Parts: sequence; structure tokens; C-alpha cells
Amino acid sequence: MSPTIPSPDRRSVITGIGVVAPTGQDRESWWQATRAGDSGIERIERFDPSRYPVTLAGEVKDFDPESYIDQRLIKQTDRWTWMALAAAQEALDDAKFVPSEHDPYSMSVITASSSGGNEFGQREIQALWEKGPVFVGAYQSIAWFYAATTGQISIKHGMKGPSGVVLAEGAGGLEALAHSRRTIRRGVETAVSGGVEAPIGPYALTCQLGTGFLSTAQDPGAAYRPFDAAANGYVPGEGGAILLVESLESAQQRKAPQIYGEIVGYGATNDAHHWGRPAPDPTQFARAMSVALKNAGIGPADVDAVVADAFGVPEIDALEVEAIKAVFGEQAGKVPVIAPKSGVGRMYAGGASLDAAAALLAMRDGALPPIVNLDEPASGELDFVSGAERSEELSTILVNARGFGGFNSALVLRRMS
Amino acid sequence: MSDEGTLRRTAVTGVGVVAPGGSTRDTFWEAITAGRTATRGITFFDASGFRSQIAAECDFDPLAAGLSEHEKRRMDRYIQFAVAAAMEAMTDSALDTDTIDLDRTAVSLGSAVGGTMVLEDGYVAVSNHGKEWLVDPDYAPPFLYQGLIPSSLASEVALKFGAHGPSVVVSTGCTSGIDAIGYGHQMIQDDEADIVIAGAAESGISPISMACFDPIKATSRRNDDAAHASRPFDRDRDGFVMGEGGAVLILEEMGSALARGAHIYCEVTGFASRGNAFHMTGLKPDASEMTEAIVDAMAQGGTKPEDIDYINAHGSGTKQNDRHETSAYKKSLGEHAYNVPISSIKSMVGHSLGGIGAIEMATCALAIDRGVVPPTANWENPDPECDLNYTPKVAVRKQIDVALSTGSGFGGFQSAMIFSVPGERRNAGL
Repeated sequence: MSPTIPSPDRRSVITGIGVVAPTGQDRESWWQATRAGDSGIERIERFDPSRYPVTLAGEVKDFDPESYIDQRLIKQTDRWTWMALAAAQEALDDAKFVPSEHDPYSMSVITASSSGGNEFGQREIQALWEKGPVFVGAYQSIAWFYAATTGQISIKHGMKGPSGVVLAEGAGGLEALAHSRRTIRRGVETAVSGGVEAPIGPYALTCQLGTGFLSTAQDPGAAYRPFDAAANGYVPGEGGAILLVESLESAQQRKAPQIYGEIVGYGATNDAHHWGRPAPDPTQFARAMSVALKNAGIGPADVDAVVADAFGVPEIDALEVEAIKAVFGEQAGKVPVIAPKSGVGRMYAGGASLDAAAALLAMRDGALPPIVNLDEPASGELDFVSGAERSEELSTILVNARGFGGFNSALVLRRMS
Repeated sequence: MSDEGTLRRTAVTGVGVVAPGGSTRDTFWEAITAGRTATRGITFFDASGFRSQIAAECDFDPLAAGLSEHEKRRMDRYIQFAVAAAMEAMTDSALDTDTIDLDRTAVSLGSAVGGTMVLEDGYVAVSNHGKEWLVDPDYAPPFLYQGLIPSSLASEVALKFGAHGPSVVVSTGCTSGIDAIGYGHQMIQDDEADIVIAGAAESGISPISMACFDPIKATSRRNDDAAHASRPFDRDRDGFVMGEGGAVLILEEMGSALARGAHIYCEVTGFASRGNAFHMTGLKPDASEMTEAIVDAMAQGGTKPEDIDYINAHGSGTKQNDRHETSAYKKSLGEHAYNVPISSIKSMVGHSLGGIGAIEMATCALAIDRGVVPPTANWENPDPECDLNYTPKVAVRKQIDVALSTGSGFGGFQSAMIFSVPGERRNAGL
């Protein structure tokens, strides 16, 4: 293999999409549900949530890992890795990409995680403290840590290229895609990339409560209402999306069944303002978007839609409105804004890659899905898509993502003409 | 790439270290070049029920290192290490955060296991000592969410300096440190940032982290002789000794570093990683993936095997790692593998998982800067499968223009990085 010297001429496109989400355990069923404005947010069923102030979540119900991976591997891995292996398989199948037919070193795996294999970890810490060190299982060392999913995908598919694991809370999914582009520029042909999260365990939920950002509403229709006047916090969700990012050259050469779009721009900033709250002004969030547009060589007028981060906390939603206004200026009211997370909850590392999947499918179908539970926008200044889906010719979409701790990322995706 | 189409280069202009045996750059360097081991019986908790009861612990005082009371309270120990190391590195670089472009200052930091200490302590509190699966959130300590998400490491360091550029945590197991510095290098190459605060930190000396390596027998059980327990490349090695700590490097675009007359430790002239796609913990004896990574890293900077003056090995002290790595050096460097001095500082500071890669890159920067090869402590008995020059026990004075470091970790990750004296300085005969 030639040395990995970066070449900006090597373009990164997406040729496969795999999804596991509360509203659908494959790409098309999730996308249909999203277009229909369905919600997968319900009372938690994985455990009895009655002692917790937060009782709602977007759970992937009846997920059956045995359909995707063998018993032995199921025992060695967390639910988070199961869902990622399922989504990776779907992305490869979608792209008609057979890893065994390719140079192992030309294939990378770059995923995002935020809380790792937390449920597996909880079980083993419990065994340690209840029974003693000899009761901690042999797989704890490879199931809990944040690299488990990338490692297992690379082993399953024989992918030996430069692999990575990036963490930036809710922005992680975009960081993984951006790093895939960096890696493809350095000579790799494909990167299995994206993020999945499984944050609905009793202990992981407990850890999330301290931020004060989660909705304590009991009625699924009343919780997680991004941009609505009645917004009162977010609901966590599990799942995410894994994409096959590929060099344009490779996709064309092997006649990939489809090219959903190209990663044309990326920008990231950090508020660096406070350890637990976003900055009170939208400067850095807006700058992430501006840097991404500049990186794509386009202006705000070229953007056909924005996928919002859609935090669901009034002040933090207002910051996103302000940031979009700062970037788009007079056009701010004309660009449609969507929030596919509204039907599934915030999936941390899984959320932003699922949003990227939504952007790519929106461009494919010329359809913008409605924001769930957006009845009365808190701000009338943006063009939120609500009520029903909207048909529109789309060629360029800006995807926003933020993460706890000041992370702001933006990615520009463009349909191939 | 820059606008002119030439490749942007990365200089290392600041180094900060918090390690066992030395909580600052200079005390760390003094300790490892003296061949002093910092491995000892675990003092952080009662380890008597564990198979491996030894570790290299940091004698670290966050307040003495310059952290505030609130920072100490809200930050997990590994984040404290990183913040302290970053402050030392920033001071060392002589960059002034009041005048640099903070929008172009990025953060790329690694950790393999993140906030396990906070998470475990929190779990004990909310679960009535592990008795309740449905834990009681009323007992949750503050800042538990930061423990769940290791991205806090990047947030806190960005916050400390007001760095508004891209920020990310890289968590590729035991290659996290090299990889985080590698990502930072790529951010500079790709014109995403001009300065990157890059490094890694880990604090895994806690019951759950120690317990998870017991059943797979990865750690040493030479509990009765802690000071000599970490024995990389020695015939009688029996596993790694857990360590903790961190290091941060200031990476800077070469042109600006030269223009401001910065002290340039070295240049990042190669970074590559590969996956073995074989086993989460097992290594194939042929070492072909680490070999690929080394060869790629050399090719990037036009480095020939005989140019390499020092190899800082992963050298964890497990049977399979040291054999695997020795094989990779022979395959990638040929005859030169037998001539070049190699050492593993894990013999002294233990294996701090995701943190150690950054400590090892700091070691390479200092080795180049100060012309010293630190030794491999405890190396006494030759192993026929590890038959290279591991610089036993005593440091060696030597001009080092090019240093290679390698890392290998769970998940199959294999990484290599090369630091070199910049061409400008070599040409000038300095």
C-alpha cells in the first residue's frame, strides 16, 4: 500500500446505509416511519423505571441479536455492539459490498461511541462488588470499552485498514464520518462508519439524570418536543446508523448500486465555555456550520435543508435557532429545518449518524420528514417542517450535531448529480 | 494541504507529563533515565482478593499541579492528569493563550477506559454495594454523567484553555495515545487547526479495571516483587503491570512554529495504524499488521530503516506482545532491527492503557531533544524469541534524529508513529 499522504482530490461518498432504531430495525422501515411522523418513544420496558424520574425512552424493542450474530459473540459483547454489527451488515448488503473480495488493508472501521458497553459493565461491576473479583467474567475487558464495536466489526469483516473510535457525545456520529473522510483522503477505499448507542440501562440512565436536561414527562406526546413552545427536555433513545463511506473512485469502479451522496464539508468547534452547559451565545455553534459550508465551497443559499441537532431544552433550542439565523441571515426563514431525532430520542453517538442517514434518504426521495410533537414553534423565525412530510427537490443538506461538553459539529452532504 | 498545495507539517513545541515516579516532565525524565521503577503494591484499594495486586501509581496532587478545588472535585483522576500535563505543555511551548487564535486551536486526547473510577464509585453508592440492579438515583454523586462519557476529557481541556477548534476523544484501547496525537497531526495537515493540544490520559487502577484483566491473565502476578514485576522482553516476563498517568504534546503547524522561533522538539513525520482483524486480545505471531503500520509511517516521511536511531517499544511485558513486536521490527527494519537501541518504559511506569502511548511519544520527543535512550529496567534474561537490543537497565547517551514508537491494543489495533529532527535543523547542522 502506498504511504498515507492526504489527497484532497479523493472524494468520500456514501454507498450503503444500515439502521437500527426504535421506529424500525432496518433502514427502510425506520425511514418510512420517520416520513410518517411516527414516534418510538414510550415507557421504558427493559427494566421497571418506576423509581426513576425519567420513565420514557426510545427503545429498540424485541431486538434479536441472534438474527445477526452467533451465540458465542453475543455472550462476549454488549447490546450496543450487537446493534452496530446488525447495522454494519445492512450497510454492506445495501452497498452490495463483499469485504472478502477486497484488499483487507483498504477497508477501515471508524465508529463513534459515548457510553460504551455500559449494560455489560454494570453487570460485571455488580458481580465484582456483590461476589468478588473472581466473578468478573473474561469478556469484561473486551465488551465494555469504547473500542469494542470497531474491533468486532473489523474482525467480523476482515477489515485491516486504519481504524478509529471517536467520542464527542452527541456530535460523535459526525466526527466518525469526518474522520472517515480524512482516512479515505489518505488512500483507504472504504470506511464502515457511524455510531450506535445503547444508553437505556438502570445505571446508564441514572448517570444521565444529573445533567438536568432529560424530560420527566410521563406522556410520550408531551416529552421531547424540540423547538416547541412546550419543550421540556429530551428523551434518550437507543440505536443509530452505520454507513459505508467509500472513495468515489472505488464506488464507480465496482459499479455500486447507488451513491446516496458525498461528504463535501465538515466543521467542528468547541464552546469551551462551561463544563456542563452550552455557551449562552451561538457564536461557536454558528462557526461550526460556517466552517463546514466554507469547507464545502458553498454558501448558505446553496443549502436546501438543515437537519437540526434539536436538543429539546428551550434555551438550548433557542441557541440553535440563533445559530442558524447567524449563518443563514435573511435566508434563515426560507431553508426547511427537520429533526428526525424527534421520533426516536437522543441517541448520543448514534443520533448524528442517524441524522446523516436521514439527510441522504431525504435527498434520494425528495421528502422532508415532519418534526414529531412540534405543534407550536417557540420561534416563528425558521421554517420547521411539521405536521406532515414535505416534498421537495433536495441536493445539499447541512447536518448539525452538538455534544455535552461544548461540542459542535456540522457536516454538508450533497447528492450526486 | 495548504492553499499552495504543499503538505502542512507538524512540529512538537511543548511537552507535559504526569507519570508514576514523576508528576512533571523533568521529574519523569530523571526517573526513567535513571532506570527507576515505580511499580509497587496497590495502595488505592485493598487488592488482596485479586490475582494481580501491583501497579504503577502516580503520587499526584491535583492542587499542587495547579488545578482548582472545583476542578479537582468535578474531574475524574485521568482528566486531572490531562489538564495538569496540558498546562505544563502549554507553558513549555511559550504559546500565549491571550494572543493565539483559539478558533484554530484544537484538542485531540485519548483514553481507553475513561471514567471507570467515577463510574465504579458511583455504582457502589447507588446500588447499595452492588446489591441492586435497579439502582437508586437518589444516592448518585454529582458529575456522574461526565464519568459515563469520556468525551469529558476533551471538553475539560478545551475549556481550560478556551480552545474553540475541533475537539475529540480518541478511544482505540491501548493505542489511544498514539492515535490521538496522530489525529491531531492529521488536523494540522488538513488545515483544520494550527495548534493541537494532543495526548492521552488514563486512571484505571480501580477494582473493576484490575478485575477485568485477572481472568484473562494479562497482568503480572509477581506480587511479592513489585519493583521487578514489569519485565518487557525478559524471558521471565509474566504479564503487564497496570499503570496510570498521561502526557500532552503541543502540536503546531511547522511554518508558524519556525516563524515564532519556538523550541521545536521534533517533527511528526509519520503516523499509521492498522487492525489485525483477528482477535480482540490475541496477536498473530507473524505481526504483519504492525509491520504494515511501521512501513507506512516510514514511507510518509521518506524514513529508511537505517535512519531510525531509537525505537520506543510498546513492550508491555506479556509473552505474546513482546514476541509479536520483536517480529514486527525484524520484518519492517531488516538487519537494522538488530542494531537500533530499543526500550520499553513500561518496565518502570507500567502500562497505563490508553494513556501510555502519549507518555511514550513524550519520551520520544525528550529522547530526541536530550540525546538519551532511556533503558528497559528489569531486563536480565535473554529470551530466544526476543533477541534484539533492548537497552537493559542503563540509559545510553546517543544523538537521536529519528525515533519510532509502536503501540498495540485490544481490538487488534496496531499503530506506529515517527518523530524526527526537522530537516531545517539537520541541514543547518544544529
